[in-house]
Amino acid sequence: MTKTSYDIVIIGAGSVGNPAALFLAQRGLKVLVLDQHAGPGQGQNKAAIGGVRATHSDPAKISLALNSLQHFTTFQDTYGYDIGWKKGGYCFPAYDDTIEQTLKSLLQTQHSYGLEIDYYDADFIRQIVPGINEENLRGGTYSPGDGQVSPLMYADACWKVAQREGAEYHFNETVKAISLDRDRVTGVVTDRGSYTTGMVINAAGAAARQIGLLTDLNIPVQPDSHEAGISVPVKPFLDPLVVDLRPGADGRTSNFYFGQNHEGQIIFCYTPRKLFVGENIQSSSEFLPIISRRLIDLIPALQNLMVRRVWRGLYPMTPDGVMIVDEVQSLSGMYLAVGMCGQGFMLGPGVAECLANLVIEGEPTIDRDIFSDLSFSRDFSAHTETLK
Amino acid sequence: MPPPPDFHLRSHPILSIEEGPSVSFTFNGETYEAREGEMIATALFANGIRVFGHHAADGAPQGIFCANGQCSQCLVIADGIPVKSCMVPVQPGMDVRSCEGIPELKLTDGLPEFQEIETLKVQALIVGGGPSGLTAAAELGKLGVDTLVIDDKHELGGKLTLQTHNFFGSIEDCYAGVRGMDIAHILAEDVNQHESVKVWLNSTAVGIYCDKKVGLLRDGQYVLIEPEVILIAAGAREKGLAFPGCDLPGVYGAGAFQTLVNRDRVSPAERLFVVGGGNVGLIAAYHALQAGIEVVGLVEALPEVGGYKVHADKIKRLGVPIWTSHTVVQAEGSGSVQRITVAAINEQFNVIPGTQRSYEVDTILIAVGLSPVNELLVKANEFGMKALAAGDSQEIAEASAAIFSGRIAGRKVAQLLGHNVDIPDEWYETADVLRAKPGKTVPLEQADLVESGSFPVFRCDQEIPCNPCTEICPTKQIEIPDDSILGLPEFVGDSCIACGKCVLICPGLAVTIVVKKDPEKKTVDVLLPWELPLGDLAVGSTVETVDAEGRALGQGLIKKIKLGKYADRRYLMTVQVPYDQRLLVAAFRPVPISMPCEAEDQVTSDGDPIVCRCTRVGKSKIVGEIRAGVRDMNQLKASIRTGMGACGGNTCTELILRLFREEGVDLSEVTQPTHRPLETEVPLGVFAGAKPNKKAK
Repeated sequence: MTKTSYDIVIIGAGSVGNPAALFLAQRGLKVLVLDQHAGPGQGQNKAAIGGVRATHSDPAKISLALNSLQHFTTFQDTYGYDIGWKKGGYCFPAYDDTIEQTLKSLLQTQHSYGLEIDYYDADFIRQIVPGINEENLRGGTYSPGDGQVSPLMYADACWKVAQREGAEYHFNETVKAISLDRDRVTGVVTDRGSYTTGMVINAAGAAARQIGLLTDLNIPVQPDSHEAGISVPVKPFLDPLVVDLRPGADGRTSNFYFGQNHEGQIIFCYTPRKLFVGENIQSSSEFLPIISRRLIDLIPALQNLMVRRVWRGLYPMTPDGVMIVDEVQSLSGMYLAVGMCGQGFMLGPGVAECLANLVIEGEPTIDRDIFSDLSFSRDFSAHTETLK
Repeated sequence: MPPPPDFHLRSHPILSIEEGPSVSFTFNGETYEAREGEMIATALFANGIRVFGHHAADGAPQGIFCANGQCSQCLVIADGIPVKSCMVPVQPGMDVRSCEGIPELKLTDGLPEFQEIETLKVQALIVGGGPSGLTAAAELGKLGVDTLVIDDKHELGGKLTLQTHNFFGSIEDCYAGVRGMDIAHILAEDVNQHESVKVWLNSTAVGIYCDKKVGLLRDGQYVLIEPEVILIAAGAREKGLAFPGCDLPGVYGAGAFQTLVNRDRVSPAERLFVVGGGNVGLIAAYHALQAGIEVVGLVEALPEVGGYKVHADKIKRLGVPIWTSHTVVQAEGSGSVQRITVAAINEQFNVIPGTQRSYEVDTILIAVGLSPVNELLVKANEFGMKALAAGDSQEIAEASAAIFSGRIAGRKVAQLLGHNVDIPDEWYETADVLRAKPGKTVPLEQADLVESGSFPVFRCDQEIPCNPCTEICPTKQIEIPDDSILGLPEFVGDSCIACGKCVLICPGLAVTIVVKKDPEKKTVDVLLPWELPLGDLAVGSTVETVDAEGRALGQGLIKKIKLGKYADRRYLMTVQVPYDQRLLVAAFRPVPISMPCEAEDQVTSDGDPIVCRCTRVGKSKIVGEIRAGVRDMNQLKASIRTGMGACGGNTCTELILRLFREEGVDLSEVTQPTHRPLETEVPLGVFAGAKPNKKAK
């Protein structure tokens, strides 16, 4: 077996690894991406519903998401590939005082990091969410700069562009070991070969913990699973992605969210009240009756909408619900972009760009003081996030 | 104004034609009549409408393709809601509109009332009430096992209900000699006798979930079933073929055709062409002839037809040309099919230049094989359920084999449930015989016949599993010398009474009787079977006689037409022929058949065939991705959207795998697409338990 040398090896061709390969290759590094799946984005990336919002409460997330949005909105013009971008904004309707106050309380932080968002009255929400149940509707936020991308189209396009820029991808290849020279990364060994490199990015998504353990790093990432579904296409009628923060009367759901993609299909998902911890990605019989009821309660006309497919994906969770983006202090050349907590797709390009900057210039793309919120050595029990 | 054309069948030699009450509906604002209870697609076909809308992606005309609820090509808007027109009955006054582009979501409904989604536990769930599902259910019923049979159609029998011809196999094991549609009734009655077996019609399994529950859509309501054992007996789906024009309305599966003609009793075509010489294609051609539809020809890519030779001979005798080592090059037409081009192919299956020729047709039936419908089995296994398959879901074979092997499957289910039943070794042997592919063809040696009196002549020269003639002969003078029913029948006596029963029962129409009468040996009477419309045929008519494979011999005179009580809708015709042709005459044609006119200008197509018809992806795009290095079918879904449409890749997956092979890719390198629920598209309201909105009706 020949031993090939790379500047950097990225483990995982998913939401983060794929754009990271693009950015690093663009900046002249010799990049190898390894993925155990048969193609790009075939892990949890393809399970994403594709919503991209900077509407967060955490400053680091707001900043990185704004960078992601910049990347997604300019992707087709820059690289020539359609990624199904639809700028329709996000709408968080409020049906009770608590949610109204929560949403309003976030506006100041959101504005301070440059997010275009406001709280609007019920009339406005009725206009942007046609057919919405008006009973007790108080109003809601709307952030017109947010939108949606097709995770499938993006993964494919990003892979093609990254290769054009010189990145190499090896699929169906599983990382078995990471070679070290004392506290320095020196290479990667897989089931198909071994490679020398001074830098490794762990962007292994749901498998991030296992990759960490190869170098005795205990990365606190534990996946839980969320189910999702997609309808047949219908004529565009719904611009924004809608997030209903109310817990469901069903007792099973906390919030739920849905939107109409660039092809006219409605994509929908809910957050279970009791999380399904583990790596099961098979659809359960519970999902459809529960989500259907919630969707129809919010927009009664959706009762006629035909569901085409359902699936289930993993959220690689950290204890505090915020991702880890960092260089490992104890292990030179080891970078982490893990624990994306189900937001890997929307935050992926922003995180990847930040990481590329960190690798090449030693500095993140966002302020050090908010970047430290993403540190691997932080106290994971301290952080609380209002809007996940 | 003249009344609109009515393409409902007016008469049929086998099927009963009942003129039920009619209802009015509108299509794009024009008023039409439909028979009460018939599907929207059927009603449109009956009114001569074959284009149901245009695809959103490129404006391509859309119409019937599967006629089985599996694809979405027949989408129409009924009372404001997009529906698969092949699965939804016409309602009086229904406002049907063609689906032009992406349908609109009706935004006017108020909040419905909801009811709980029920979960029902059963010991055995059988998905599919076709031949194997029914015999399995009967076995379970005999043992008192709590069994639920579900079927997505409105009657039991599966594809048996579409089969107007007599079945092969053995009388003892699978009702050989009886028409498929009648076997369906026999099997259904048998199942209905058992108290422990429940049957749910109009019930579709839409998905199996990881918590081992099966989601069903029953009469528009969602129900979850929790079975201890699940038996998948969901049959087969038709394979596709990608050629330029394959996506035009008018190109569809032979099974879809049988549904339209034999179930719905409409004549969907005037002149059709069949692609594929397996039993399905051969039988579809025969069914077309029975319905009075002209069959212009049949092509088969291999040097021999794959179906039973007796089936092929039967249609050849009726004047249908069968061209082996031929393929379809393209279909053309504006809006729907108007012309087919076929050509000879060499051993590498490449078109031989200069052999193209075109025929004017309005329909092209694709019959190039079947694939098991086994997605639910794969999922059930994945989730650790006790799961089995039967019939075509297990292995593609004749329905007669499925009838028998369903019994084995039923007992296996019982064993999984802890019942102490055995499965005799002979059952497996019988199942193997019934599953046997056609064997070798043995040249017939009619010259050896001892002509001491009347005698039968067999044109059964290929080893297939069949024995009704030996059982039916009242004087027991027909035998199969081998132990197996795969052997060929022989006349072993010397005193044939010329009763005609063997002529009337032979599924292959391969027996005639030479009646000893004329001592001067100038002419002789032969008894011939006939199960097409009689038309102008009458005693005294002159007909063109043909040999076993349809070559014209001369003339014959009809002396008697008999439809006796044993005849089962098959006429026994006594035809007088010259004495020296007595062994040769196998059948007759009412009038000499004129060979179909070839279209004048011959075209060679360089069009890009549509491979994924749901999302309209052409072959060149897929080949481009393969050449770019894609080896993951899931990535094709992402990049070019193949398999992302209504059918969930059920139609295009095999075609795409074929393209990988053509590009020289070893299929072991190719990752198969992930299959996820749902099996068919279902409105959200159904999952939510929304009570039907009365206002919508």
